[in-house]
Amino acid sequence: MKLLFEKGRNLAEPVVIRHYTALSRLNFGVDNGFYPLGSCTMKYNPKVCEEAAKLDGFTQIHPLQPLETVQGALQLMYELERMLKEICGFSRFSLQPAAGAHGELTGIMMIQAYFKKKAQKRTKVLVPDSAHGTNPASVSMCGFESIKVKSNSRGNIDLDDLKEKVDEEVAAIMITNPNTLGLFEKDITEVCEIVHKKGGFVYGDGANMNALLGKCKPADLGIDIMHLNLHKTFSTPHGGGGPGSGPVGAIEKLVPFLPRPLVEKRGQSYEFDYSGEDSIGKVRSFYGNFGVMVKAYTYLKAIGPDGLEEIAENAVLNANYLQSKLQKHYHLPFKRRCMHEFVISDRHMPNNVTANDIAKRLMDYGFHPPTVYFPLIVKGAIMIEPTESESKETLDRFADAMVKIKEEAERNAEVVREAPHKMPVKRLDAVKAARELNLRWKQ
Amino acid sequence: MRFIANNDANKKEMLKEIGAKSIKDLFVDIPKQALIENSLALPNSLSEKDLRKQLESLGQKNKTNRQLSLFLGGGCYNHFIPATVPAITGRSEFYTAYTPYQAETSQGILQAIYEWQTMICMLTGLDAANASIYDGATATAEAIIMAKNIKGKNKVLVAKSLNPEYLEVAKTYAKANGLELKEIELAELEREIDEKTACLIVQQPNFFGCIENLKEIEKKVHAKNALLIVAVAEALSLAFLPLLKMADADIVSADVQSFGNSMSFGGPAAGVIACKQQYVRQLPGRLVGKTVDSDGKQGFILTLQAREQHIRREKASSNICTNQALGALAATVYLATVGEKGLKEIAEENHGNALYLAGMLREKGFSLPFGKSFFNEFVVKKPGIKELHKKLLSKGIVFGLLLEDRFPKLKDCALVTATEMNSREEIDKLAAALEEEK
Repeated sequence: MKLLFEKGRNLAEPVVIRHYTALSRLNFGVDNGFYPLGSCTMKYNPKVCEEAAKLDGFTQIHPLQPLETVQGALQLMYELERMLKEICGFSRFSLQPAAGAHGELTGIMMIQAYFKKKAQKRTKVLVPDSAHGTNPASVSMCGFESIKVKSNSRGNIDLDDLKEKVDEEVAAIMITNPNTLGLFEKDITEVCEIVHKKGGFVYGDGANMNALLGKCKPADLGIDIMHLNLHKTFSTPHGGGGPGSGPVGAIEKLVPFLPRPLVEKRGQSYEFDYSGEDSIGKVRSFYGNFGVMVKAYTYLKAIGPDGLEEIAENAVLNANYLQSKLQKHYHLPFKRRCMHEFVISDRHMPNNVTANDIAKRLMDYGFHPPTVYFPLIVKGAIMIEPTESESKETLDRFADAMVKIKEEAERNAEVVREAPHKMPVKRLDAVKAARELNLRWKQ
Repeated sequence: MRFIANNDANKKEMLKEIGAKSIKDLFVDIPKQALIENSLALPNSLSEKDLRKQLESLGQKNKTNRQLSLFLGGGCYNHFIPATVPAITGRSEFYTAYTPYQAETSQGILQAIYEWQTMICMLTGLDAANASIYDGATATAEAIIMAKNIKGKNKVLVAKSLNPEYLEVAKTYAKANGLELKEIELAELEREIDEKTACLIVQQPNFFGCIENLKEIEKKVHAKNALLIVAVAEALSLAFLPLLKMADADIVSADVQSFGNSMSFGGPAAGVIACKQQYVRQLPGRLVGKTVDSDGKQGFILTLQAREQHIRREKASSNICTNQALGALAATVYLATVGEKGLKEIAEENHGNALYLAGMLREKGFSLPFGKSFFNEFVVKKPGIKELHKKLLSKGIVFGLLLEDRFPKLKDCALVTATEMNSREEIDKLAAALEEEK
């Protein structure tokens, strides 16, 4: 499609609207169909949450208005924090981080500040090999060395490897539970004990919290500090790459290090509390992605406590059902029940058809592809997260498409290798994009 | 629960396929002692009708820009949003999509981001811009780390006139990164800058609304082999001031809330980092590049991913993953709607209203301690301004931001702002209210 600038610099409104409407039709969102992108929790985003966030009372307020004129906003933040605390079992949450990775960074900064205050020299953070790529990056942004911990044959953290690597220089371990294989860390209690015994913290990456909602509280598993992804678990839409929101919750010991301000209730009114000299300071301007908080707040009020558990149950049921159907045709590296997602691989594919080929071919069948080549510990990984929103019927259609793609790979591999065929563009040349860098239009 | 599609019969069939007796069986890996026994203490589920009502009444506890006369800026601006913006950002093909990892099914957002990158380059005069970053403050903090990586030096100078929100975030990042960050008066730049300095951060216009002489600053910075980072909190000023290119900024970190993003109590909008061509590989965040498909047809794709954390892990240039794509899309549609000519006109209107406001305030006995060189906000001073601020609030006027709490030297001072939303009539009303308080 022509670029906007090729049409002119001062365009009439219908031209602008047609241009971006046409672009939107080249895009695929959750409202268009099944979006099983592993670890991204692409569930349905309720319309009532969108509507709530568009209310004038929330959009048309300035962050520096006198507090008596924004009491509704503070009350919402206060109550949202209270709900997140109850769901996770932590003492306090900061709502300031703007995304999951931003929450990770905030958490690691807090741990760094804690040990600085205690005058303890701790230089390492342990990161399991199944971790999200953002984990080691967040660690190194704070000057820590990231040390890899191996997974065992069951897809869980290898306790022997952990024991070997943990020492008094370890500041923390970063754990995703369920992990990126979609498996619950069965030895979580022991993992936490081992790290705690050496004085380190357990950081929880909350990207996969959907599986645990209403079932258990991360703090009760031994996790000390954790971020949530409101744009995953609490159903705020991802916006084609953001905005997200990554609140960080912590146990009492780490609360003094949370970013400021926190919202406090004094009598009948709400205020921002900037006190506390141990705080790491601010990680974002003002108070975070407030509009995203409104959506998550609305979502939690729509589902209630029982709905929360239903989410976890249906997300896990859907994933196990799809795993059960697909493992008859695809290589499943870890043969056990999964939580909210699972990982298969391209290992048994005929004619060297790869995970990437399968992903591209799925587009032709009307599905968004799963996450591919992640986690790194499974070669040719295909990571599938159906979420609770999907019906059995959709899962059956997806499974049928996957079976059909395997048949095609056997009989007519080209059709898979050259996919997609029905998209606005055919397979794009990523190498050319990187080699002949073109990041902007020029006349 | 109304957001779940499966019924009991479906669930039974699915359990049969799995070979499990009940759904509870699927959770056996969770340690027994950690299982939640009683229901969580959360508010009960509400019907959509009741929920709407509750949210509306919560929203009504806030006073909006329709009930208040806002002369308030300082990093977040009350601008008009054309109807085209929500019409496009409200299309769920855009807002319910994830980051465009799978390019062939995401050409819409990818092309829009490519157009956005182009627009940011046009506005800043720089060569490359990223797909967005959380906000102007984190853009500035990430720009500092970028400068450190480019120059391999640890010392960072920050002009004291930087927005305090930006400064606090920069300090947090710098501390975690082991950088030496020093706040300086620009007048002392020559004395403070040395060969160990990686960069200077200066805001344009600065937090107090003043337009800095970047040309002069640039020479001093580059003389010491350091980078000049220019932070822009009011993106609309880019249409008013001569291109930054003239001043030779190496990196621009900006917030684009002013372009089509509502104030929303400070977020979400979007930040962005733009830089010179030679620093593209150190630029954090997503980048969209143009390429071709297997038929040679034009297409767009996330590129230079080798810099990013999912490949480089601990060696990545930043950890940023999710950004503010929808806020960037809003800005793109805004800029497309108003066009080059319209944007200049809006900027002129802002400046005109600010001049009118300044003239009125001078007449009413306020002084302008930092002079006349401003875009749409400036500092005013008058003894007793704190009490005045309170009295005006009771009349529905937010008379700027009081500065004394954050800047003890600026006693009796406020930062006041006028955008295109503060019409002459509104300013006249303020004048009348000030007259009554005399």
